[in-house]
Amino acid sequence: MTLFAKQATNLFKTNLSIKTIAMTSLALIFTSATTMAQADTTKIGMITTLSGGGSSLGKDVRDGFQLALKMSDNKDIELLIEDDGRKPAKAVQIADKFIQKDKVDILTGIIFSNLAMAVIPSAVKKGVFYVSPNAGPSALAGKGCHENSFNVAWQNDNLHEAMGNYANSADLKKTFILAPNYPAGKDALTGYKRFYKGEVAGEIYTKLGQKDYAVEISKIKASGADSVFFFLPGGMGIAFMKQYSQSGSKIPVMGPAFSFDQGILGAVGDAALGVKNSSQWNKDIDNEANKTFVAAYQKEYNKLPSLYSSQGYDAANLILSALKKSPVSDKDAFRKALKAADFASPRGDFKFGNNNFPIQDIYVREVVKEGDVLTNKIISKGLENHQDAYAKDCAM
Amino acid sequence: MTAALFLEQLLNGLQLGMTLFLMSAGLTLVFGVMGLINLAHGSLYMIGAFCCATITNMTGSFLLGLLAGFVGAAIAGLIIEVVVIRKLYDRDHLDQVLATFALILIISEGTSWIFGSSPLYLSIPSWLSGSIPLSFGEDSNSSYPIYRLVIIAIGLIIAYSLYLLITKTRLGMRIRAGESDREMIAALGVNIRVIYSLIFALGAALAGLAGSLVSTLYSVEVGMGEPVLILALVVIVIGGIGSVKGALVASILVGLVDTLGRVFLPNILALFIDNSQVATLSASLASVLVYILMAVILAIRPQGLFPANA
Repeated sequence: MTLFAKQATNLFKTNLSIKTIAMTSLALIFTSATTMAQADTTKIGMITTLSGGGSSLGKDVRDGFQLALKMSDNKDIELLIEDDGRKPAKAVQIADKFIQKDKVDILTGIIFSNLAMAVIPSAVKKGVFYVSPNAGPSALAGKGCHENSFNVAWQNDNLHEAMGNYANSADLKKTFILAPNYPAGKDALTGYKRFYKGEVAGEIYTKLGQKDYAVEISKIKASGADSVFFFLPGGMGIAFMKQYSQSGSKIPVMGPAFSFDQGILGAVGDAALGVKNSSQWNKDIDNEANKTFVAAYQKEYNKLPSLYSSQGYDAANLILSALKKSPVSDKDAFRKALKAADFASPRGDFKFGNNNFPIQDIYVREVVKEGDVLTNKIISKGLENHQDAYAKDCAM
Repeated sequence: MTAALFLEQLLNGLQLGMTLFLMSAGLTLVFGVMGLINLAHGSLYMIGAFCCATITNMTGSFLLGLLAGFVGAAIAGLIIEVVVIRKLYDRDHLDQVLATFALILIISEGTSWIFGSSPLYLSIPSWLSGSIPLSFGEDSNSSYPIYRLVIIAIGLIIAYSLYLLITKTRLGMRIRAGESDREMIAALGVNIRVIYSLIFALGAALAGLAGSLVSTLYSVEVGMGEPVLILALVVIVIGGIGSVKGALVASILVGLVDTLGRVFLPNILALFIDNSQVATLSASLASVLVYILMAVILAIRPQGLFPANA
């Protein structure tokens, strides 16, 4: 090595070492600060769908969740949010990062059941809690239930079961049923058929994310059905309803709340007027918690909350209620506190069954116009204190 | 199944085929004439849809929106050709795939910056909405949306115009010459660069038109182009790379196979297997049917149905 080069490296080294010391000390200050804070901070990782055709669902869950955190006096919660883009592989990646790098205590947020199946079973085995604000696949409610996995919304079949029950009471005898080919789609049609006593005029599974329903609509029109039951969440439902109303078909449609909820009624338009749909929540349920929620949500986001907003709000409040009783570090006590579901939900009273899925009332709603805004009003109770059909297979 | 229903499903297949044709005509020309694999073709479809949605919402006129989708995608195509694609003609196919894949990411990310990640929705203008009856008599349930008929008509008009352009005009002659021998046509004093730019912009405009036409049926969102791009690639492989006629035949073939597969597979499968499995199995099988078609055609005719340089 030449002298010049040696000098240069020495200079570089000294420079570097000064920098290093400065940086290290700075880093030390920061880490000590964070470790101090970490002592009682709960870290929650939210994996949800914020882009693409399912984005309105994820955004509503996130907004409801953040609203509940904002309204609470517990300020020691750190919420990390990542967009899964409705891709299972991406959701798994985010979950790994949340668990291994960020060391979160609780995961939440997943909208779609195929993503839920990819993430939840392995996450809860690693000792993390999962609180689902939406996806409730049957596989996680029955044999695959887990003590750390909670669902604050519903088991996938529930809303569809209520519609099946409604179809009987409305004297519908020949329904055409339609859902995407993925876990929640299969749960949907199974749920409907479990309660529905009439004849099935036709049954179609479409591709998840399908945009063109011309083939299916032609089949529906030719089937001689007296009603159409469909489960097509997010953008799929909007595309279906727009194309259905163009097709000139007179057969009435019905479905779970997902395709007729606040977030998408505007895009569906007047084609949705009068459609019956089922939900565990609606903005006109008469209780204090609901009034507070609807008013606070409107004030914060300047729009009406959706079903998904209420589920995000409930997920956060469930976690907050458990944190009041026990820190998340005491896993057994925290789990017990979650299971108690000791908070006022806007939907009214509900409790967890043995499989950590809700036992609750499910309502039938109708799409109406209030002024210029399309919204829902409850017309009857579809199922009372309803528990899912898989709970008996759960060993807990 | 009644004749009217069968006709309705045929029209559905034809409509899907026409949308695919608009996408694949440009793709196959660019591939055939310039030897360029353009993965960003789906992004041009998306750009067209976004231009159409923006202008329609601003002016309230869907026709202006369609024009904006067509012109907007053409301009975007021209810029892309001059800035990026021009440097790729002499490069390896792998470099082209890499560069145009990068374009997909850049355009998608750029679009979600400008428009956000929520999908946009357009309504069909009232003069195109509604449906017309397909059969008269007691079976009045059978009808077809006017808008989808318009898409079929536009597709046919474009196909005929392209045929005229390529076979009857001087530009078309140069395009065909460029397809056969690139060096020779340049040596004869024809400005091949201008022809390349024109073809690329034309292909982009057609993709943009396809995107604008479907924007009222589906949602306009980031990433809407990629599923269509995959089908368009299947189409040009089946049709024979570089052949517009091949693209037309293959588009209609793919459209019909996909549609009729979804219609008849459940009935066919029901003959062989247990009823409870039919719905899920036929859904899975219907979604791979066009790829099976591609594999079969490639096995029999590796050059596609109408190879351009045969």
